[in-house]
Amino acid sequence: MTQPSLWETLWGIIWRDLLLAMRRRSDVAISVLFLVIVASLFPLGVGPEPAVLRTIAAGVLWVAALLACLLSLGRVFTADYLDGVLEQMLLIPQPLPVLVMGKVFAHWMVSGLPIVLLSPLLGLQFGLEGEVLGTLVLSLLLGTPTLSMIGSIGAALVLGVRGSGLLVALLVLPLYVPVLIFGAGAVTSSMAGVGGEANLSLLGACLVLSLFFAPWATAAALRIALE
Amino acid sequence: MKINWSKYSAPLAFYPLAGKMIPWFGTVAALTIAVGLYIGLLVAPTDFQQGEAYRIIFVHVPAAWMSMFLYVVMAGWAAVGLGLNARLSFMMTQAIAPTGAMFTFLALVTGAMWGKPTWGAWWVWDARLTSELILLFQYAGVMLLRTSIDDQRRADRASGVCALVGVVNIPIIYFSVQWWNTLHQGASVSMTAAPKMAAIMLTGMLLMTFGFWMYSLAVILSRVRCVILERESVQFWSKLSSVAEVAEVR
Amino acid sequence: MVYWKSVSEFLAMGGYGLYVWTSFIITALSMVWEILALWRRRVAALAESRGITRSLE
Repeated sequence: MTQPSLWETLWGIIWRDLLLAMRRRSDVAISVLFLVIVASLFPLGVGPEPAVLRTIAAGVLWVAALLACLLSLGRVFTADYLDGVLEQMLLIPQPLPVLVMGKVFAHWMVSGLPIVLLSPLLGLQFGLEGEVLGTLVLSLLLGTPTLSMIGSIGAALVLGVRGSGLLVALLVLPLYVPVLIFGAGAVTSSMAGVGGEANLSLLGACLVLSLFFAPWATAAALRIALE
Repeated sequence: MKINWSKYSAPLAFYPLAGKMIPWFGTVAALTIAVGLYIGLLVAPTDFQQGEAYRIIFVHVPAAWMSMFLYVVMAGWAAVGLGLNARLSFMMTQAIAPTGAMFTFLALVTGAMWGKPTWGAWWVWDARLTSELILLFQYAGVMLLRTSIDDQRRADRASGVCALVGVVNIPIIYFSVQWWNTLHQGASVSMTAAPKMAAIMLTGMLLMTFGFWMYSLAVILSRVRCVILERESVQFWSKLSSVAEVAEVR
Repeated sequence: MVYWKSVSEFLAMGGYGLYVWTSFIITALSMVWEILALWRRRVAALAESRGITRSLE
């Protein structure tokens, strides 16, 4: 038997994770439902005035998306950690950061992408329209992969630790601050008619930075958790 | 004279060395802080823009500087520990975190005390204040991650990675909040245009900073001694052969 | 050399006494508290290690 190449291994990992996620669709549904419920609670709390809702829309939708991402972080590695698959993965003779990237990408496909696809609907609830809605979707499209990449570091650090759910929030939320600022900022500035390009390109820079650094940190954290 | 540094990288050898250094750092800290307080509170003239409230600067700025400096030093020790797999380095990260968190807390509290009379608000979402707040959360994260993991080796390494990741985060947060503030121009308070400081004020502030630094060294070294005692008690005492050695080390 | 004319003026800090003194006192208390906490931690650690040394003898 010949060794599978790096790409074959990577695709194998992504495909396997997607298949597993499709068999447990309720997990995916929960984080999406969470987003919808949180976003719907705000108008009930703040009041139905369209002007007020429009001004808080960017912040509320971004914070809700961020919390939904946070909620799903437990699923990145936990199941594989418990049944020992992760240990086998560390033995694969391919660079671990690349394999981590594959896992995080698969996780984003099932938890980040649904948020991006759902966001225009939620934007409409808050009275956003036209170009602003487009900016919202684009900012989430650039921002949620960053959230997944950064979140995977925290998820790997707390693997198998007691109280890991709250701990991962404490570790990861400070790292989410720049993404939140640029993401919500893009929507706000597009609403003000300035155009969100500057914030969007900064979000893109965050994504590149996290794609570059996070897999290494996550791989290191996984090795620490499993040694 | 050539000093064999690697000799002191073993906790057992470092313990008595740290014990010898603590009184020196402590004395220097007490003297410098006393002179700094004398200059800052008694000698320095008032600031004609802010009135006497500016005197908070003599604890606020040193505390803020130490909070950031200690985080970088902590992350540096974590990097050394992860790279060289040295136990003492991780003990240093463990010993630095509480003091750093305390200075971060002090910077925030004294900042609020300064902000209320000068800008009329306890808190503004300025880049420095926000980064300082996030820094406090990061200190908390590093410390809590350590206490939540039972396996000592894993706790060391995981909190080390956590500290290193945070070092990248703080400058990004600083610049992102600054960017965000220029976007929301109405609410922002300009604090970057600090008036030129008189030499005597600067002297007082630098003395206080140096005093806080020496204080940190004394406190961190005594905490590292506690950590060594707590972690290595069995190996530690069994390696010392005679009663005299035990007495000396104490 | 000293800037203040009277003790009461010094304590009042030009009307900002509450803010200035709270800042300095909180800082001082935190440092004292840290030193005391460390001292207690050391006593506890030494007591424990003393038990271990005794068991080794």
